Amino acid sequence: MEALSMGGYGAYVWSCYGLTAVVMIICEWRARARHRQVYRDIEVRIKALGDTQ
Amino acid sequence: MWKFLHRLASPPHFYALAARMIPWFAIPGLLLIAYGAYAGLFVVPMDYQQGDAFRIIYVHVPAAYLSMMTYMVMAISAGIGLIWRIKLSHAVAAAAAPIGAWFTFLALFTGAVWGKPMWGGWVIWSDPRVVSEWILLLLYIGYMALRGAIEDTAKADRASAVLAMVGAVNVPIIHFSVEWWTSVHQGATLIRKGGPAMDPAMVPPLIAMIFGFSFIFAVFLLRRVRAEVLFRERRTRWVKELVMSPEGQT
Repeated sequence: MEALSMGGYGAYVWSCYGLTAVVMIICEWRARARHRQVYRDIEVRIKALGDTQ
Repeated sequence: MWKFLHRLASPPHFYALAARMIPWFAIPGLLLIAYGAYAGLFVVPMDYQQGDAFRIIYVHVPAAYLSMMTYMVMAISAGIGLIWRIKLSHAVAAAAAPIGAWFTFLALFTGAVWGKPMWGGWVIWSDPRVVSEWILLLLYIGYMALRGAIEDTAKADRASAVLAMVGAVNVPIIHFSVEWWTSVHQGATLIRKGGPAMDPAMVPPLIAMIFGFSFIFAVFLLRRVRAEVLFRERRTRWVKELVMSPEGQT
C-alpha cells in the first residue's frame, strides 16, 4: 500500500509510469502494424498483377 | 569506410540488417528499463524536498532527452538526404517523426503531472522550456502533416527536409532555455559542472533509463525504417522477390 500511495503522490507517479508503458506499447504496435500493412499491400499488388498476366 | 557506408545505404542491405539488429537493441533496452523503473520506484530514497513525486524524473528526463535527440536524428537525416540525395536518409527522417512526437507528448505529459504538485499548475506557459517543448511537438506534427499533404514522395522528402532543418534551431533553445531565461524548471541534473545535482544513489537508475529508452527508440526506428524502405521500394525487383519468397515477412 505504501508503494501505491507514494507518500500521497501515487496518482501522479503511477499515471506517468502507466502512460509511459502505454506509449511504448503504441510505438511498438504502430511500427509493426505499418510494416505488416505495407507488406500486405505489396503482396496483394503482386498477386493482382499475376492474375492479369 | 565509404564502402561500408555506401553498402549500409543500400535499401535491401539495410532492410535485412535492421531485422537482425532489432533484438540486439530490444533485449538490453528492456532489461535496462526494467532495472531503472524498479530501482527508481522502490529502491532509491525519496527526495528531501519533493518526496516521492521526484520519482517521475525516471520517465520524464529520458522522454524529454529522446524528444530532442529524435528531432536531431530527423533533421540530420533529412539534411543528408537533401544534400547527398540518399534515399535511405529520407526514410529515416520520415520514420523518426512519429516516434519523436510520441516521446515529446510523453515528456509534456509527465512534466505537467510533475509540475502540478511542485509548481501548482499543470502547464506553466511563462516557462521557456515548457513553451519550447510544446513548439517541438508542433514541429513534429507540422512535419508529418506536410509529408502527408504531398503525394509525391520525392517532393515530400525535399519540402519536409527544409522544415526539419529549420526547426532544429528549437532544440538548443529547449536545452539552454533554463540558463538563458528565468525559468521555474530546474537546470541540468546529470551533466553539469561539479557533478550531478542529485544523491549518488539516484543516478544509476536514471542513466539506465536514459540508455534503455535510447535502445528501445532504436528498435522503434529500425522497425519503422524497414516499413518505410519497403514502401518506397515497393516497385523494385528485390521487394517482389522478398515478398514472393517463403521467408519473406520477418
